[in-house]
Amino acid sequence: MTKRFFLGLFLAVGLLCSAHAAGGGVALDRFPADRVTNLPALQNGARLFVNYCLNCHSASYMRYNRMRDIGLSDEQIKNNLMFAAKKVGDPMTITLDPVQAKDFFGAAPPDLTVVARSRAGNGGSGADYLYTYMRTFYRDDSTVTGWNNLAFPSAAMPHVLWELQGQQRAVFATEKDAHDPSKTHAVFKGFEPITEGKLNATEYNEAVADLVAFMQWMAEPHQGQRVRLGVFVLLFLAVFTVIAWRLNAAYWKDVK
Amino acid sequence: MAEFKQAPAGASVAEQAMTWVDNRFPATKMYKEHMSEYYAPKAQNFWYFFGSLALLVLVIQIVTGIFLVMHYKPDAALAFASVEYIMRDVPWGWLIRYMHSTGASAFFIVVYLHMWRGLIYGSYQKPRELIWIFGVAIFLCLMAEAFMGYLLPWGQMSFWGAQVIINLFAAIPFIGPDLALLIRGDYVVGDATLNRFFAFHVIAVPLVLIGLVVAHIIALHEVGSNNPDGIEIKEKKDPKTGIPLDGIPFHPYYTVHDLIGVGVFLMIFSAIVFFAPEMGGYFLEFNNFIPADALKTPAHIAPVWYFTPYYSMLRAVTDQMVYVFVGIVAIAAVLAVLRGRLSGAMKLAVLVSAVVVIALLMAFDAKFWGVVVMGVAVMVLFPLPWLDKSPVKSIRYRPGWNKWLYGIFVVNFLVLGYLGIKPPSDIGTLVSQVGTLFYFGFFLLMPWWSRIGTFKPVPERVTFHAH
Repeated sequence: MTKRFFLGLFLAVGLLCSAHAAGGGVALDRFPADRVTNLPALQNGARLFVNYCLNCHSASYMRYNRMRDIGLSDEQIKNNLMFAAKKVGDPMTITLDPVQAKDFFGAAPPDLTVVARSRAGNGGSGADYLYTYMRTFYRDDSTVTGWNNLAFPSAAMPHVLWELQGQQRAVFATEKDAHDPSKTHAVFKGFEPITEGKLNATEYNEAVADLVAFMQWMAEPHQGQRVRLGVFVLLFLAVFTVIAWRLNAAYWKDVK
Repeated sequence: MAEFKQAPAGASVAEQAMTWVDNRFPATKMYKEHMSEYYAPKAQNFWYFFGSLALLVLVIQIVTGIFLVMHYKPDAALAFASVEYIMRDVPWGWLIRYMHSTGASAFFIVVYLHMWRGLIYGSYQKPRELIWIFGVAIFLCLMAEAFMGYLLPWGQMSFWGAQVIINLFAAIPFIGPDLALLIRGDYVVGDATLNRFFAFHVIAVPLVLIGLVVAHIIALHEVGSNNPDGIEIKEKKDPKTGIPLDGIPFHPYYTVHDLIGVGVFLMIFSAIVFFAPEMGGYFLEFNNFIPADALKTPAHIAPVWYFTPYYSMLRAVTDQMVYVFVGIVAIAAVLAVLRGRLSGAMKLAVLVSAVVVIALLMAFDAKFWGVVVMGVAVMVLFPLPWLDKSPVKSIRYRPGWNKWLYGIFVVNFLVLGYLGIKPPSDIGTLVSQVGTLFYFGFFLLMPWWSRIGTFKPVPERVTFHAH
């Protein structure tokens, strides 16, 4: 039900929507990075992702059964996380046609499989960006969706999690430019709530952190294995290097 | 044909087998020439690790490359997804891919350090000119290999990086647009480009590269390795054995020595592969996790870090910079006529060619001269053995101020590299213009500055402190 409502909402507002490029924004909040190894958090993130994101956005390089790696069984995945796909080995694709989606939203919603990697580098990691982005939507009557975002000004996407977060408005103050007093620009001062959401502020931050943890994990499912293996590889190489060093010394001992 | 040898009576089966092989293929002879009886100077220091390390990285790239090709799809519609397939679904695919992507950057780090070694110890001087020339050719191949390999993941930076570089060729007068078309195989970078780059990356360039590496090593083993003192160890031989007094068999002494280098190198390499495979966006650029989109130009397109010193030189060539070139050509011609010991006809020839060069500089776009500068920046390495007129090889025995000069050369190269990563700015362009002039001045004025100063006496024997 929720899904259909949001899809309907998306299609309705998307018709009027135009695409805007991502650009400048606020300083990014820090995503609690240790959450990427927290299995219950990843599972909750997976639930949020398939319910709220996977209608308009695909994650088509990711197979459903990869989620076995975050502690879910095939049965659990099939019963709780798969709505449209038939087989548990299918990739997380969507039925929304990208050409139509472009008409609806002004820009086709991008595939999210590796978005946590592609969004890195603008003042934080990709996860920092997503964590900030999903928490800084605010009401703005001047945009076609009625929503705007601090991390991605004029984002084509409306606030999908507004039911959870509630609605808020952003307060801006007009300040003079430090270098050119004849110019002024709006400086963000804070958010003011308009309506309550299902979750309070702390719960909402936790939920977004879980969602971003899932997206961070999904961008590179082997990242945990990579780091664990790396420790042993380096230990082995340290021993190898010491042996090589002593072996070399033994050979060169008599070279005068 | 050499006559057939007989294994001595009572020889082991292995010995008999080796004799059988040696009568048909020079296995033992080659092993001796290149390993057990190849005498390398015993004073090789830290800088001498990077040759064997370059070979190690080449092997890593070839082996991981073979496994990547088993799963990669050279098709504009499938390429990006096939790389993600390797990263997720192919067993150990992520490791193979990270080794290959890290290996690309590691190759350049190792090769830049290897070239630096050659530069400071005069390893390119007589009789090692051909080793150097093969080496520069390897460097050129490596640049082509890296550039074409970078297109294959078909991300945004792959696509737009290739677009920018191929468009540089379009700046060449008369043939440029057709040449760019030939390289792309299409009017835009597309499937045809991806397919031909794949063919070059996995077959053509590696074949040439391996051939050049073999030539590089054969030439090296013909004349023998240089050393930090820049002394020919073959000039001081043991009268009885004919073995250089300062030489030591490559195997086992340098194989075991290089093993330490391999260990330390692999620790750094593995630390990157396992803990920071993106290397902060320098080894794997963040934008390259977005599939190539011909309709969305990224705000800032920078080549991968190992090309950026040359990219800076390209961007340094503005219209004003072309005037500077004109001035330099004019001054050089006037000096040659006034100061050079040339015949009347030669003086006339110098003046005429200077006028022609100035006319050409003014006739064509600065963009074209930027491309020329970038190309010449690499090509200028080829004649280095003949540009250097120093009576000694090693920096150890050159005038003291040379150390400063070489130091500034490195800092300048790093600054150019840094500026090439950044978006263009006024001050950045100015700095890179000065840096470009310094880079070329270093090489092109070498015939003059390398003679100046007091050279220290070169010792008879290599400086070696026993372990």
